[in-house]
Amino acid sequence: MDKSVLNDNCDVAIIGSGPAGLAAAILLKYSGIQKVVVLEREAEAGGIPRHCGHPPFGIREFKRILTGPKYAKKLVETALNAGVEIVLKTTVTSLGTEGELSLVSPEGPSQLSAKRVLLATGIRETPRSARFVSGSRALGICTTGTLQSMVYLKNRIPFRSPLVVGTEIVSFSALLTCKNAGIQPVAMLEEKPQPHVRWPIYQLTRWFCVPLLLQTSIVNILGTERVEAVQVSDENGNVREIACDGVLFTGQYTPESSLVRESHLELDPETNSPVVDSFGRCSDPVYFATGNMVQLPRNQARVPIFYLAENLPNPVDDAGQCWSQGRAVAKNIVKDLN
Amino acid sequence: MTKLLNIKSTTKDNSNSPSLLATADVAVIGGGVVGCAVARRLALEGASVVLLEKAADILGGASKGNSAILHTGFDAPIDSLEMECVRNGYHEYLQIHKSLNLPVLKTGALVAAWTEEEVERFAGILAKAQHNGIEDLRLLNPEETLKLEPKLSSSIRAAILVPREFVIDPWSAPLAYLKQALANGGQAIFNAEVLSGDFDGSNWLLQTSRGGVKAKYVINCAGLYGDLLDRNLLGESKFTIKPRKGQFVVFDKAANALIQAIILPVPTERTKGIVIFPTIFGNLAVGPTAEEQESRNDASVHKNTLNDLHTQAVNRIPALANIPITATYAGIRPASEKKEYRIVEDVSRNWITLGGIRSTGLTSALGLAQHVLGLLENQGAEFESLSEPVVPQVPNLAEHLQRDWETHSGHSAGYGEIVCHCEMVTQREISNALEGLVPAGSVDGLKRRTRATMGRCQGFYCAARLAELTEGRFEEPFAVGKAHG
Ligand SMILES: Cc1cc2nc3c(=O)[nH]c(=O)nc-3n(C[C@H](O)[C@H](O)[C@H](O)COP(=O)(O)OP(=O)(O)OC[C@H]3O[C@@H](n4cnc5c(N)ncnc54)[C@H](O)[C@@H]3O)c2cc1C
Ligand SMILES: Cc1cc2nc3c(=O)[nH]c(=O)nc-3n(C[C@H](O)[C@H](O)[C@H](O)COP(=O)(O)OP(=O)(O)OC[C@H]3O[C@@H](n4cnc5c(N)ncnc54)[C@H](O)[C@@H]3O)c2cc1C
Repeated sequence: MDKSVLNDNCDVAIIGSGPAGLAAAILLKYSGIQKVVVLEREAEAGGIPRHCGHPPFGIREFKRILTGPKYAKKLVETALNAGVEIVLKTTVTSLGTEGELSLVSPEGPSQLSAKRVLLATGIRETPRSARFVSGSRALGICTTGTLQSMVYLKNRIPFRSPLVVGTEIVSFSALLTCKNAGIQPVAMLEEKPQPHVRWPIYQLTRWFCVPLLLQTSIVNILGTERVEAVQVSDENGNVREIACDGVLFTGQYTPESSLVRESHLELDPETNSPVVDSFGRCSDPVYFATGNMVQLPRNQARVPIFYLAENLPNPVDDAGQCWSQGRAVAKNIVKDLN
Repeated sequence: MTKLLNIKSTTKDNSNSPSLLATADVAVIGGGVVGCAVARRLALEGASVVLLEKAADILGGASKGNSAILHTGFDAPIDSLEMECVRNGYHEYLQIHKSLNLPVLKTGALVAAWTEEEVERFAGILAKAQHNGIEDLRLLNPEETLKLEPKLSSSIRAAILVPREFVIDPWSAPLAYLKQALANGGQAIFNAEVLSGDFDGSNWLLQTSRGGVKAKYVINCAGLYGDLLDRNLLGESKFTIKPRKGQFVVFDKAANALIQAIILPVPTERTKGIVIFPTIFGNLAVGPTAEEQESRNDASVHKNTLNDLHTQAVNRIPALANIPITATYAGIRPASEKKEYRIVEDVSRNWITLGGIRSTGLTSALGLAQHVLGLLENQGAEFESLSEPVVPQVPNLAEHLQRDWETHSGHSAGYGEIVCHCEMVTQREISNALEGLVPAGSVDGLKRRTRATMGRCQGFYCAARLAELTEGRFEEPFAVGKAHG
């Protein structure tokens, strides 16, 4: 990729090459913006879909049903064909005023000065530690993102018979990933009386022979080197032990927003997202944000159709929605630049 | 020549093998901070040293989780051996840290009083510090305290400033000590649990799970297992370990801007109490609790305790309410039935036990090592100290100093890629940690040497890459097998 962008200027710098960032970059190029640079810290562009090895992706964007990796590839190709510069292995380390970005790549530290900056750094799951779950810190405890990237990017598995915690949409991605990788979950746990998503939870757990334990919570994770069992408590407070070799924490999303937290931009402490106006603009008007890193406060959140409103987790948009949001904010940036 | 054995233990039946794993002047049992410091001191004195550790890496015991404070000893028991070792350890650390590339974060500490009753105990604290030779303490009124630390809750009543309490890297320090021991002729053998031993009047023949080791002197630095080792090999133990767990909550790096100093509570007889402290890695942490337990290895955390710690921290520093949590952990103090260090000498059998190094061992380790040298010399040991010892450096993990990814253009070329984004760990750092004098022997060992997966996302983004980079390295790996289907 073209390294000449480093220590340079550009019209729009986009941080993150997931669906939101790439959709925005493509639209900006199609709208005649000259120099659009996407900065991506990974060695490969595409964001989260790179390791979602299952359909359906791409319906809205390409009118086709694709797996995550194929979808990511197609987005990247489209962007490159449109003239977007994608710079890989390049981490944005700080957001300065007036669009001054500090970057670091294996070639060394550098600066990029952008007329407008679009933040599209996505979202991740809340790990075990931040959930204050009791027990040992043995090996075999991870999130769906870790599982998926191990399975789909590295052809490896972190466990063979884990306990799955959570019943959000991503929890079903987790079940599918397990199925594809030859992992047999011992049970799926939900603290609430009902799963977060009704469909397809009941069907999937039945198909995959994974007992769905509602109103059940983790009391203690046991194991010295590796997880050996988990003590769970049911709605009556009865505690029992389930043997397993891992615990898979799914969902409870939180924006990947530490760059914002450490910057001059305003952050909403409730959602951990940058504060944005209806145009996607941050508290510093040079900066915009889009995609899953922008979570709305709970009372304004759009409820995805298959969520039960009464037990809503932090809702998260799918790739298609992030793609649309990226385009919408890109349009605002075009207007702003002209 | 340096020799490092790090073969994975498969059989435990080497005990009949006539060939010895090692022969040395001194065998140090235990690769905690104390054992590593003792091995270093003796190697520098010219002794041949072998360190025997039952785990696959150093620091799996009490030294795994602590508050990482370099104590002045202002509140240590007066005229105690602990005070002497803390003082000497503190000074030696400050002398050697630069040469080994070990960091110091010069935070200072505030002993904070939140009630009148606590304020009344200040006189005693000041007198004790005076007696211990720490004379730069200063009493601050609430206004002065809040001027120094504006984010502290305004309910503060008074504080004592202890300017020279500092924060260090709890894992790189012992690693550097052991590296220096090995660079100067020492040996370390991992997966080698000392099971039994015989003293023939001039030498010990120790039986480990990997084979026999012959040594003239033995230093028991087995930490949480020190009493059991004495019982097994000497027939009796002069003390009993009473494990005491301490849990911690680590806040996101954003919290680091809120506070400069270590915030200490007014200590009680039993414990130093719950501390809020900056970590060398750029976080802010709260802990430890003091929980007696039977188990010597159960370092589990508990939801209610973590919630309590969180609440206490937020009460003291209200702005912490908006800061996410990065990690939780626990450490186990090798406390005994008495408060003091349990240094036991069996002069007739060339044996020294450094037991019950409860809650100041990170600081006192270098001082304890000096003390051991003195004891050995009293027992008649003669060594010729090295005139030009090798001084190996450890990689810097401190947030306030330059990390690998920040090394300036030219040098940074070739760091490969950032593997762990939250802690900015480079591929080069990972490779280096898997090689060298003391390579990482476990996933935890790799984390302690690099910080990989220890940040906000706890491995969400990087665990897969790490599984790939460490394939075949550890007995208990990140990945348990291949995905199929
Ligand atoms: C585990 C998991 C599974 C999911 N499964 C699905 C699914 O099956 N279907 C679906 O539709 N949606 C799924 N989602 C939702 C997913 O978040 C969206 O589909 C979509 O990928 C979000 O797009 P984005 O562009 O906002 O962010 P992302 O796709 O997350 O992209 C953000 C990019 O920013 C980069 N980045 C972050 N910080 C920096 C920095 N400082 N410097 C440079 N680059 C940086 C990251 O490396 C990343 O590539 C899943 C989400 C998760 C967490
Ligand atoms: C919660 C907490 C907070 C603390 N805070 C601080 C602080 O801020 N500042 C400070 O200075 N100190 C602090 N400490 C104290 C410090 O961590 C301890 O004093 C120190 O770690 C003790 O180290 P050790 O080497 O004696 O024991 P350990 O670390 O337990 O080392 C003993 C080693 O011996 C090995 N071993 C045991 N039996 C055998 C055998 N038979 N054969 C071979 N190997 C064996 C073990 O595997 C282990 O690695 C704290 C401690 C805790 C728990």
